[in-house]
Amino acid sequence: MAWVEVCEAGEVEVEDVIRFDQEDRTFAVYRSDKGDYYATDGFCTHGRFHLSEGLVMGKLIECPKHNGRFDITNGAAVRVPACKDLQTYSVKVEAGKVFIDIE
Amino acid sequence: MAIVVQRRDYSLKGPESKRADEKGLASAQWHATPIPRAKMKELMKRKDGPAIRDTLIWFIGLIVLGYLAYLSWGTWWAVPAFFLYGTLYASPGDSRWHECGHGTAFKTPWMNDVVYHIASFCVLRSATPWRWSHARHHTDTIIVGRDPEIITARPPIWKILYMQIFHLYGGPIEIKRFILHTFGKLEEQEKEYIPASEYSKVFREARIYMLIFLAVIAACIFTGSILPAMFTILPTFYGFLLVLTFGVTQHLGLYEDVLDHRLNTRTIYMNRVFRFLYWNMNYHTEHHMFPMVPFHALPKLHEEMKHDCPEARPSLWAALREVIGALRKQKHDPAYVVVKPLPSTALPYRYGPDEDELELTRSEA
Ligand code: FES
Repeated sequence: MAWVEVCEAGEVEVEDVIRFDQEDRTFAVYRSDKGDYYATDGFCTHGRFHLSEGLVMGKLIECPKHNGRFDITNGAAVRVPACKDLQTYSVKVEAGKVFIDIE
Repeated sequence: MAIVVQRRDYSLKGPESKRADEKGLASAQWHATPIPRAKMKELMKRKDGPAIRDTLIWFIGLIVLGYLAYLSWGTWWAVPAFFLYGTLYASPGDSRWHECGHGTAFKTPWMNDVVYHIASFCVLRSATPWRWSHARHHTDTIIVGRDPEIITARPPIWKILYMQIFHLYGGPIEIKRFILHTFGKLEEQEKEYIPASEYSKVFREARIYMLIFLAVIAACIFTGSILPAMFTILPTFYGFLLVLTFGVTQHLGLYEDVLDHRLNTRTIYMNRVFRFLYWNMNYHTEHHMFPMVPFHALPKLHEEMKHDCPEARPSLWAALREVIGALRKQKHDPAYVVVKPLPSTALPYRYGPDEDELELTRSEA
């Protein structure tokens, strides 16, 4: 376990995504339409594009480059040209702050 | 003494592909106009309403014009009637294929998929291969050796453009591909951008297309008339004029091998009828820079980013004149391109991958 603080809980809006850089790694931290938090690798597996510039719809993230989609709850690629799943990370909210487990 | 103009190799497997890679032009970062995240989120919002409305208008229009064309069969009225029917079949076929391929037209995914498959058939494009070819077009827009959707080389090959008035260049290529796919084979260049995991889908779709083709041919033989084909397969050919007209204005006459859609993509103001047929793809620079923005929000996106773009061409006619003028110049000077000055509020053009190559060219005309 390697929990890292990302931001204040309110900083990620419902149905939105933010980018989080940790040393040389980039993550995307999301809130679904239900208000739950999720985290994945920050780059699309199709073309290394920042998912933080994409659109969260329900529990899906759409990549801004070619409209590939992933399920943010399990990282599954659900729309081509995204074919390879994303790595996901555990998220917790404690004392009003969002943490992700980057291991 | 005659000047011999050398043509570059536009194939995806030739030396230009390697060169683009080495120069950092393949899968590169492109210029994007800075737009506040909140505004962008609003623009990216998906809706079903506008696309359902437009699809109903499209299908009802086809039924009405199709009925009139049917009544006119055997008279000279059939010429304008089928021309209108074919135009309404092929032109929205092309734009609906495009927008539903991006998955942005409707909010509901299955609606995008259904219209995507119908529209793909209308313009005789294999649904899955063209989805992948278009993804590559967005990754490497007009990068020679990388983009499979460059309409014609520089200097231009006029024969291709003339043949495309009736889809006689692209149409036979597509039919040849269906046949190949029906037998479980792909062209070598298709393997460059379609992943192996998609091959079975490609073959299945081609076989369905083939069955429809055979059914239409059987109907023609059975009725002893080409009328059945006049409604389903042939409109792609005789109704292609507007598809070509819109298509040539997207990128032709502009830069190759740059990383800035303001340099290689044209935005044009069009009237409401053309915008309906083309589904707002006249805002083409906007679409390429932000493919997440659905067709119905492109006019608003245009307002948000026009301070960073050259002025839009005032009409389709003005854009066509610019394209044809540029192609004629490129016949003798393939390096000729049209560059419009940027407004004083714009960020500079981005010509290449190297930051040092960023140049201030607001006055360049
Ligand atoms: S880079 Fe994300 S879908 Fe292509």
